[in-house]
Amino acid sequence: MSTGEKFLQLLIVIGLFLAVMAVVLVLTSRVRSRVGEILQTTAFLLPAVLLLALGLLYPAIRTVIESFRDRTSSEWVGLANYEAIFTDDALLQVLRNTAIWVLVTPVLATVIGLVYAVLVDRARFERFAKALMFMPMAISLVGASLIWRFVYSYRETDAAQIGVLNQLLKSLGFETYRFISTEPWNTLFLVVVMIWVQAGFAMTILSAAIKAVPDDIVEAARLDGVSGWRMFRYITVPSIRPSLIVVLTTITIATLKVFDIVRTMTGGNFGTSVLAYEFYAQGFRAFNNGLGAALAVLLFVLVIPIVIYNVRQMRKVEAR
Amino acid sequence: MRSIHLRRALATGAVLVLGAGLAACGGDDGGGETNTAGGTSPGEGKAECEALTEFGDLSGKTVSVYTSIVAPEDQPHIDSYKLFEECTGATVNYEGSKEFEAQLVVRARSGNPPDIAYIPQPGLLANLVNDTDAVVEAPSTVADNVDEFFGEDWKSYGSVDGTFYAAPLGANVKSFVWYSPKMFADNGWEIPETWDDMMTLSEEIAATGIKPWCAGIGSGEATGWPATDWLEDTLLRDGGAEVYDQWVNHEIPFDDPAVVEALDRVGSILKNPDMVNGGYGDVKSIVETTFQDGGLPILEGKCALHRQASFYAANWGEAKADVQIAEDGDVFAFYLPPTNDENGSPVLGGGEFAAAFSDRPEVQAFQTYLSSDVWANEKAKATPDGGWVSANTGLDVANLTSPIDQLSAEILQDPEAVFRFDGSDMMPGAVGAGSFWKEMTAWIGGKSTEDALADIESSWP
Amino acid sequence: MSAASPVVPSDTTGLAPSAPPEPSAAAEAKRRLSSPWASLAAIVIAILWTVPTAGLLITSFRPVGDINSSGWWKFFLDPNVTLDNYRAVFTGDDVGLSTYLVNSIVITLPAVLIPIALATMAAYAFAWMKFPGRNALFVAVFALQIVPIQVTMIPLLSLYVDPPFGLPQLAGANAPGGGFYTIWLSHAMFALPLAIFLLHNFMREIPGELVESARVDGAGHVQIFTRIMLPLMVPAIAAFGIFQFLWVWNDLLVALVFGGGSLNISPMTVRLAELSGTRDQAWHLLSAGAFVSLIIPLIVFLALQRYFVRGLLAGSVKG
Repeated sequence: MSTGEKFLQLLIVIGLFLAVMAVVLVLTSRVRSRVGEILQTTAFLLPAVLLLALGLLYPAIRTVIESFRDRTSSEWVGLANYEAIFTDDALLQVLRNTAIWVLVTPVLATVIGLVYAVLVDRARFERFAKALMFMPMAISLVGASLIWRFVYSYRETDAAQIGVLNQLLKSLGFETYRFISTEPWNTLFLVVVMIWVQAGFAMTILSAAIKAVPDDIVEAARLDGVSGWRMFRYITVPSIRPSLIVVLTTITIATLKVFDIVRTMTGGNFGTSVLAYEFYAQGFRAFNNGLGAALAVLLFVLVIPIVIYNVRQMRKVEAR
Repeated sequence: MRSIHLRRALATGAVLVLGAGLAACGGDDGGGETNTAGGTSPGEGKAECEALTEFGDLSGKTVSVYTSIVAPEDQPHIDSYKLFEECTGATVNYEGSKEFEAQLVVRARSGNPPDIAYIPQPGLLANLVNDTDAVVEAPSTVADNVDEFFGEDWKSYGSVDGTFYAAPLGANVKSFVWYSPKMFADNGWEIPETWDDMMTLSEEIAATGIKPWCAGIGSGEATGWPATDWLEDTLLRDGGAEVYDQWVNHEIPFDDPAVVEALDRVGSILKNPDMVNGGYGDVKSIVETTFQDGGLPILEGKCALHRQASFYAANWGEAKADVQIAEDGDVFAFYLPPTNDENGSPVLGGGEFAAAFSDRPEVQAFQTYLSSDVWANEKAKATPDGGWVSANTGLDVANLTSPIDQLSAEILQDPEAVFRFDGSDMMPGAVGAGSFWKEMTAWIGGKSTEDALADIESSWP
Repeated sequence: MSAASPVVPSDTTGLAPSAPPEPSAAAEAKRRLSSPWASLAAIVIAILWTVPTAGLLITSFRPVGDINSSGWWKFFLDPNVTLDNYRAVFTGDDVGLSTYLVNSIVITLPAVLIPIALATMAAYAFAWMKFPGRNALFVAVFALQIVPIQVTMIPLLSLYVDPPFGLPQLAGANAPGGGFYTIWLSHAMFALPLAIFLLHNFMREIPGELVESARVDGAGHVQIFTRIMLPLMVPAIAAFGIFQFLWVWNDLLVALVFGGGSLNISPMTVRLAELSGTRDQAWHLLSAGAFVSLIIPLIVFLALQRYFVRGLLAGSVKG
């Protein structure tokens, strides 16, 4: 395919998509009746729901089924795969690590993103400053793993260092430190990488939310003598609460699914494996379909508390 | 000089008639039926195409090849197909990916496999054969080529449960110790002939104030694999090929006393603070050092010995632009010496195998071409910078350009050598690409030999 | 509701001098947060976030021998600049870098546009249309975010290769469009849960009276969606668009699995992944590659930033 043909394909697919959507919208808008309402709802929802059912729901259901079957998905094994997860020491550690990731990453990434968004808001170099924190999101994973290699890399104290943190330690007169292989702290050093990536997401969304806080509220609060930390605590944060929940939720789910960082930096060694990586390693390295699927199902289960929390928030908003 | 040894070098006129009969006389040890497209091959009458004309006219046909080999090593592969394309009229589409292992399985299970895949692990081949019905038995023409040009052992690595699927392609030798010839000459050190000599030399080097050995086993998700090679090499030497085979096939437990002994032997180097880790630090620094960096301190004189496969040659070149890899150059390798006299000179190595997922005539023709001496020599000539060898005995060593490749080819083709394939590549994925890597990493990190081996044993599926 | 007229952020430059110095909550908070300390904190965070990347940037200009033997900060003592790493990125492969770049663009645009369009409509339905099981369906969609792409690879690819009901084959040797369709479709699927979740949340912040009054005036859902919601949603769409753009741009897995395997349609990430060689022996080249592939996302961020710098829903909430 030549470059011209590729762009032609691009134009065709976008044109076709927009045309179909436009036709559907126009047609359904013509019908003004109860039937029309139903038609419109269908037109708005159906494409997305269909794609989701096909692309995510169907594989998810298959995964649940496979989690009750053996390594080649040929025979039923009942709960054996789940039993394996909860009795194997290594896999229990995986669960503990996942808990650490999920507890630490979303909160820290969100707090840092929020604080930074507040600090650079309306500053002279705001856009440049935001681009700086946004950059980690834009860097591809191979780039990111290389970046952190030059941060964490270990050489003995006497040798020339290539890791910036160990150079720092050495300059301050300390021994160099094995950031990647020293348990249990190495998990936290990997979490730092995820925070580094996700803070940009939090900052972008929260910064936009902050700017949407109505001026009159701020003005009124100021007339009441509210300022500084209390303004942040009692005006800013409550005003952007819905966005905060969105950001926390999104980062939590992203953290549950993270496996690239572990994969490239430790390969799950030194007690750093997490659920998503272990699922990948079992399913696509060890070719143990059943166990891999069971680990994936565990991921599905872990999202339930997040879903419940969000449903409650929705109810609260609705009740208002 | 082009040497054509194909047993089934067929006379021009007999092609069509023989097409169907090939299977019947397809050698005594099996091989599937060979399909032909009919028609007159475009290569008809050209001497170098002799072996391929039997497949008929393949013009307009396409064969897709999927490998784990990416740029810049992919170009020599692509170039080596030119002769095939000229002779048969078929087109070969090459695709390399570093996600090959997982992706191949996904594609095979989804019903979208490539025509040919270069599989670097017999264990993966076995998985594919057992878990999917996607892999197609090799045709008799391929089986015959392999019988002629490869040892029985190599054929067995391409077979699963007695059925032959995949012909060997390239190979590498893992039983090498890299060193600096200049450093050795300056210090009057000799290349050791026995393990004990090597240890004496190591101590001598240690006495000069540098750590004699350097190593790195970091490799992302494959972290630990260089250490598995160490264990395999010593077990092959201490226990001999027979024990090694039993161990690989899990006929003896993974933590058999023989294996414990072999791993302790590795430990006398890799876990000995006097021996490692030149240029990087103490024993534990081995896990923090990537295998790519592992041997580089040799270039700076901070380390003298680095056990790594022949393909490490590429790493020297990347680390230092004008590095000379030769017996009188900056770096070279010697054969990791045996530990005793009883087990001969065992060689540990690896390689890839061409498995087919289709029995279309053009695919079989290409398989046949890849298994021939013609391709091996074409590939060697298409690799002017070196970095490729094969165990194909039809490969003319003179076609290899780099000294290390020539040395590797000599070792591989030596009929006296006891060659064994990298064990971790043959074991089930859960061990070979899982617990083995992980536990060896933990072992370097301080886990005891017994515990590490016992934990691998318990993970065997 | 006069304020209901759609307000697109008019001050697209964000910080243009013409903008009145309105005290936003955050600005106010910051001003009172003893300014020098606030500035210092901002600078410290900015440095922490940038130093690792700066290290890579410097590394990408250093010769390989230096990269291995000394830290990138030594560059300042002994500047030793080479463009070899970048040269290797731009050459050294049969398929030119421009081909990968074109592929990345061709993959990314529909893979951003399609899910955003579908998600905006679905989000509208979940926010403002009444139908039985609405909340349950929304929760289900939201929960699907957790499904990892790896889980979908085999089932979805099997569907593409061998679709039921005699539908045309989308992947495999005879795939139409050379394999782009499956990449677009897959990206669209994977993006939808998060897109619907985010856009729905923003859409709910639009005052309900706005929709109700339009309904009373006799406007249908389609009119409300296109005339009121879409313009109001521009900042939110831009925000999500940036992220979706990044994820697609930096995606390797979807392109590898669903792309049918031809280098002719492979994105930049495929080139980037193989840049370091079969055994990662040339990993230093990745430093240059990472920055080459970073340029376009950064431009997109800086370009789209102005659409939401004034606030996701700046105009509407005031009403």
